[in-house]
Amino acid sequence: MSDHRSYEESIKAVYKGLVLLGVVTLVEVAFSLFGKGHIFPSLAENYRWPVIIASLVILILSLYKAYFIIYEFMHMKYEVSGLSKTVLLPCVLLIWAIIAFFWEGNDWNKRRSLIEKKNNETVDEKTEPQMGSDVRILKEEDFQ
Amino acid sequence: MATEAAVHHETENEKGAWDGGKQPFKVSYGKLMMWYFLLSDAFTFSGFLIAYGALRFSMPTWPVPDFVFKTAPFNNIGLGHGVDLPLIFVTFMSFLLIISSVTMVRAVQEGHRENKNGVVFWMLLTIVGGLGFLGCQAWEWTNLIGTEHMTMTTNPFGTHTESGAYLNEDGSVSDETFEMGDSYLIHKVSAHGHGGEAHAGDDYSEGSHEGGDHGEAHGFTPAQTAPGNYAGYEITDKGYILRKYRILDGDLAGRTATQEFGPKAFGALFFFITGFHGFHVFSGVVFLIIIMLNAASGLYVKRKNGYEMVEKIGLYWHFVDLVWVFVFLVFYLL
Repeated sequence: MSDHRSYEESIKAVYKGLVLLGVVTLVEVAFSLFGKGHIFPSLAENYRWPVIIASLVILILSLYKAYFIIYEFMHMKYEVSGLSKTVLLPCVLLIWAIIAFFWEGNDWNKRRSLIEKKNNETVDEKTEPQMGSDVRILKEEDFQ
Repeated sequence: MATEAAVHHETENEKGAWDGGKQPFKVSYGKLMMWYFLLSDAFTFSGFLIAYGALRFSMPTWPVPDFVFKTAPFNNIGLGHGVDLPLIFVTFMSFLLIISSVTMVRAVQEGHRENKNGVVFWMLLTIVGGLGFLGCQAWEWTNLIGTEHMTMTTNPFGTHTESGAYLNEDGSVSDETFEMGDSYLIHKVSAHGHGGEAHAGDDYSEGSHEGGDHGEAHGFTPAQTAPGNYAGYEITDKGYILRKYRILDGDLAGRTATQEFGPKAFGALFFFITGFHGFHVFSGVVFLIIIMLNAASGLYVKRKNGYEMVEKIGLYWHFVDLVWVFVFLVFYLL
């Protein structure tokens, strides 16, 4: 522990942290409700940008909350860099996991809609050629 | 154990790097291992949350949180019937965890000053916060399971993929319309604490107005209660009422369709991930109680290491709060 603040200072810092986390949470909820159309409903109904902006802001604020909890409350700020690196750097792997799995999930969705669309297709047997009906054995004259 | 002592020891004897007795990270073994345990636990939670994300991306629709989580205790009594409080209750739960995290920091600070009564007092407040959170979660689950009939495999929260109008009891089109993207909750016959299907016929219409009524289906009270396919609705074997509607736009305009259940994975993911987090909170509370009793008995006074045990459980408790930041993010905010 290399936290050299005085007792009074560190108590003050704790209550500042409480107010900070509380306000950030309230802002997050407000943005979430804005994106879902509970605040200014006409915007969220007619445009797509409110939900995109709200999601981005919420994501950044959540990461900030996580940073604050780890660095201030869990005292990561005051540990030696070796310790913080061995704990935090492995988490970088998660970035790849998130990209890969969300990409995959999105693909499942696309494939699902494609299959659904194909299942709903109706084929008129009289006018449309059946699968395989245009297949024939090639003869010598086809190549001339 | 004693960090400071070990550091002094090393400088006094000027030992080499490989001679032992040296703490490269300047923390005790226990604290370092707590950090690594938390790292592994973070990966477990990440796995679950990423699975949630992948499944959510793989569905054409997903229940919107401000529709699913808009109930709160005493909502029907105190604030009048049908008042929506989207995300308000879960925000309160978040505050409980944040506050208990802050009281935990205070307990650790008092530990550094070797102030036994301070440690016990602030740990007690932390335990109260943790128990409050668990109580709120118990209410949330009870409401979802008992009133809204969500299970691990049945998700009654659906989303309309086209706009249309519901059919009346006799199959004629009503003036109850909805837009594409609107959410609905599939109700159950004889729901809301009326005690079983047998009771359903008597005063069902009155009963259906209690509890977590929300969505367009509000107030729809079919005459039939037996499973089957009727003119204006369908009742499944398990008693869920799927209303029929006339599609009003798109390629399929004019056709009649039946409400469908929401993505199946939602219930299992919700109960499993929030349950796993709740289990962490529960075990955290158990350890907090044990360590608070130890501190009160004077066990850590003798160790003279700044109540390091309190610091270790503090790390775990902050981690529980940290995980909630992300559970809150993906389940409730986005």
